[in-house]
Amino acid sequence: MSPTRSAQRIVRDVVFVDGVRTPFGKAGEKGIYAGTRADDLVVKCIRELMRRNPSLPADRVDEVAIAATTQTGDQGLTIGRTAALLAGLPRTVPGFAIDRMCAGAMTAVTTTASGIGFGAYDVVIAGGVEHMGNHPMGAGADPNPRFMSERLVDPAALNMGNTAENLHDRFPAITKDRTDTYAAASQAKLAAAYANEQIQHDLVPVATMKPGQGWTLHTTDEPPRPGTTVEDLAELRTPFRAHGRVTAGNAAGLNDGATAAVLASAEAAEELGLPVKMRLVSYAFAGVEPEVMGIGPVPATEKALKNAGLGIEDIGLFEINEAFAVQVLSFLDHFGIADDDPRVNRYGGAIAVGHPLASSGVRLMNQLARQFQEDPSVRYGITTMCIGLGMGATVIWENPHHADYASSTSDQATTAATAVTEGAAA
Amino acid sequence: MSAAEFQKLAALFPDEIVTHSYVQDIQLPGGAGTFALITLDNGLDHSKPTTLGPNTLVELGGVLEDLKDRASRGEIVGVGVTGKPYFLVAGADLSAVKTLKEREHGLWMAQLGHAVYATLADLGVPSFAFINGLALGGGLEIALQSTYRTVSTGAGALALPEAFIGLVPGWGGVYILPRLVGPENAVKVMIENPLSNNRTLTGPQAFELGVADAIFEPADFVEQSLAWAASVITGDVTPDRNNAVDPADQGVAARWAAAISAGRAFVEAKTSNASPAPAKVLDVMEANRTMTQADSAALECETLAGLMQTDEFRSTVYAFLDLVQKRSKHPAGAPDRKLARPVTKIGVVGAGLMASQLALLFARQLKVPVVMTDIDQARVDKGVAYVHAEVDKMLAKKRIKPDAANRTKALVTGSVSKAVFADADFVIEAVFEELHIKKQVFAEVEEIVSPECILATNTSSLSVTAMAEDLKHPERLVGFHFFNPVAVMPLLEIVRAPKTDDAVLATAFELAKGLKKTAVLVKDAAAFVVNRILLRLMGEVIAAFDEGTPAEVADTALRPMGLPMSPFTLSAMVGLPVAQHVQESLHAAFGERFPVSQNLQKLIDNGVKSLWVPGPDGTPVIPAETLAIMSFGNTPSTGEEVLRRTQDALAEEIGLMLEEGVVAGPEDIDLCVIMGAGWPMFLGGITPYLDRVGASERVNGKRFLAPGVASAPA
Repeated sequence: MSPTRSAQRIVRDVVFVDGVRTPFGKAGEKGIYAGTRADDLVVKCIRELMRRNPSLPADRVDEVAIAATTQTGDQGLTIGRTAALLAGLPRTVPGFAIDRMCAGAMTAVTTTASGIGFGAYDVVIAGGVEHMGNHPMGAGADPNPRFMSERLVDPAALNMGNTAENLHDRFPAITKDRTDTYAAASQAKLAAAYANEQIQHDLVPVATMKPGQGWTLHTTDEPPRPGTTVEDLAELRTPFRAHGRVTAGNAAGLNDGATAAVLASAEAAEELGLPVKMRLVSYAFAGVEPEVMGIGPVPATEKALKNAGLGIEDIGLFEINEAFAVQVLSFLDHFGIADDDPRVNRYGGAIAVGHPLASSGVRLMNQLARQFQEDPSVRYGITTMCIGLGMGATVIWENPHHADYASSTSDQATTAATAVTEGAAA
Repeated sequence: MSAAEFQKLAALFPDEIVTHSYVQDIQLPGGAGTFALITLDNGLDHSKPTTLGPNTLVELGGVLEDLKDRASRGEIVGVGVTGKPYFLVAGADLSAVKTLKEREHGLWMAQLGHAVYATLADLGVPSFAFINGLALGGGLEIALQSTYRTVSTGAGALALPEAFIGLVPGWGGVYILPRLVGPENAVKVMIENPLSNNRTLTGPQAFELGVADAIFEPADFVEQSLAWAASVITGDVTPDRNNAVDPADQGVAARWAAAISAGRAFVEAKTSNASPAPAKVLDVMEANRTMTQADSAALECETLAGLMQTDEFRSTVYAFLDLVQKRSKHPAGAPDRKLARPVTKIGVVGAGLMASQLALLFARQLKVPVVMTDIDQARVDKGVAYVHAEVDKMLAKKRIKPDAANRTKALVTGSVSKAVFADADFVIEAVFEELHIKKQVFAEVEEIVSPECILATNTSSLSVTAMAEDLKHPERLVGFHFFNPVAVMPLLEIVRAPKTDDAVLATAFELAKGLKKTAVLVKDAAAFVVNRILLRLMGEVIAAFDEGTPAEVADTALRPMGLPMSPFTLSAMVGLPVAQHVQESLHAAFGERFPVSQNLQKLIDNGVKSLWVPGPDGTPVIPAETLAIMSFGNTPSTGEEVLRRTQDALAEEIGLMLEEGVVAGPEDIDLCVIMGAGWPMFLGGITPYLDRVGASERVNGKRFLAPGVASAPA
């Protein structure tokens, strides 16, 4: 029998089974993970996933894709493979490292999900890590001088804070006051979500030991500043520009943390009795000018919606990474969504919880999955984020708790085939 | 008693490297409450184990008393103890304990441990030990005194080695362990393991025995232990303690007595009760079956205080810490290791049993090609086949993996032509013990090898200096004396002949390290160290026998020393002809100090392999026909006389060896007999024993070691 030809190939449904993360820490000597290795953080996540999903035999994991922006030191040596070995997965389970800066974990998910759709994998683990204390952003990088000599990219665009100020320049309607108001709301929403036990469920406790202090256990995020007011934020200095708008209060901090998720084909999930928290509908990445990288989610989302045959009005929940408040607001303004729309970042966002670069994508997915479960009236949601050097990433997910979910999965092959065509045309 | 009352003891140790007790409050998962986790940490890396000295214990005691107060105020629901990576805590600081001069100070030390551990057991809330790594003696007793225990699958070296060290597990271990894991397992852990090369338990073994209630993998050991503690506190989990016993139960009382009796038999077989500690462990365990824990504690303290003052304890600390752990890693007199040359191929002249054992050892440990030669193909094939068969045995026992087996087998080849040595860096001979044969072999090898190639001899009795005489490059010859069985015995005597150069010697020491052997530098003197001492000892006993001392008296006279086997058994094991051959060399070198027994020669001539043979009921007897071969004098000695004469002979011989400069000092003599003859550490090797019984003073007018080195401080 000859191999299946591409025209006859059936694209399989991909489901998000489960996701966890470590509590996020503040980068630096005083942070909770100072002295803790990045790979160990990933290992805790993988082991927790395996414990939480006992019906998943470890040897059924077909791939471990772990993202890190800086792939040296404790994030080096092909971290997906080393983490798999260190986590005690069978040696037959392969792994690799992946990098798309802030969208690392998100790309780990989409890349392995594509492999599932294609039939290469049944079950995968995808996630990311960034220990920004051990690996300051851009450390060890050697940008090509042509970026400057040929003015390919404004050197200022290599500093993310500058790109956020640039975004304010482009959209004068987004004032510092709006960003501070948004940031204060993010802190408040996270505090409320913590109070409602909506965050804790997906956190892996991490024990660390520091000299002169002994072992302790971290079960909550370190960065949040509950009770932050707009007035507090107005006081902060603007480090990227004198009299600028971007502050430490309306941007995500420098953080340490790791995430990981289990994805599976719909068939494998059913076979192994794994829960289905979300179904992957479509995804897209898009490039923008590096100088205004924060606008990246706009074209990425438009492309992902087009791939899915959906409109922005079909999206009931948004998990958008808050690298900077201005970047979120530029997205909301573009799509005509109010700054305080309840569909957006219900549990707050990275401004409050932190953004360990390559890990954040799966955090967005964990939170969207939980909101899907809480709100069966919502059919579709997106996870989206901006990416350094001018990119955006968007993944559209469907809520399995929605009444119409069953009917949609029955004609999946058709949907998928259509999506392929549309994607190619986009 | 509060730990603070022991400040006077702590003050005796101003230089103690303190292991601190750091406390962190932890919110347990599932709303189980606030948990205080103590980490024992000396702030140093993993090469410096955490230990329990008086200052450490006083600090821990204070911390526990504070936590007890907090528990009484309802602020905490449990207390945990764990350690820095790889260690829970290594145990009592033996170097410190060894220096305790006053019995009373030892008693304080024992009582301090109990005062601290009693608090751990009486906090008002449950206590948990998370055994993350090594836990020996007092380290494991912290865990035993806790209400619950978890252990890491990665934890190695869990033990109560006190019987080996010369103490008893007297910080509660001897009381708690038999109740927790059953009397038989307790005897195994407290007696059999310590007296079997100080064997220890792994985490999984400890869990299997019931020492720990739960076991978790190292990757998230602390997290999982805390989660488990939470579920115990909330009542969701109750540990099964299937091996735990109630000593009041009649059936248990019988088991207890049987285990004690089996333990006593084991101790007698292993040590002839030459050291007091193992029997004391069993005495305390036997007595405490019907005691309260407090009464047992008092008995434990008194017993510990007594044993801390024994020279057997101090000699063991000297032998174990100063010699085996330290001196063996830094051989006295070894040249700078930077002078060592790489060894990438090894030649072995001969393919007999010794040669084949050497080839296997080199190939396994050094992982370089090893080529054996012999005079005909059949011998060569037999030698290579022996190595391959030994590798296959290891493979069958799963001691090595198939790839490693293939690699080792491929490394060992043979040839009838010495031309295969052309590119070897090190060629060792293991041919017949005849000087002219060895000289001829080296002359042939020298024609083939490079001028830098090192030549080594495994001779046990010939002069290395004489062997080097006609060599073109005498500076390259070194003695490399292994002990049988080569794979097992840890000692290697490295013999420096007058012309041996430093690079050759440095290479020999590096090779020894690669072979995982303890190397001791010795001067080229007949029979070097171990055989000279063993044969002097055997010579005295056989002489007493020849003079008319009954065999059972002569052969049991040295039992108070607790040597691994009796002199007659040893000579049968070595082989009577070999023993006689070496004795003749020693007689030739040193005269009447090494008498050659005519009776022994008669046995050899008549093909007798051993004086003792199993009698009809299994007990050893000397057959009448064997006795008939021999003739005896009429000046029998008592056992005490034989022992004393042997002690004096050893003191004399060792005194002469030191005078001749055979080794750098008495410490090397001790290291040699421990590693090469398996002599017990409670003798300190041998010189501390000779000092202890007064033989050194009687014969040489002075001690070998200053007071305090392996005995009570002056």
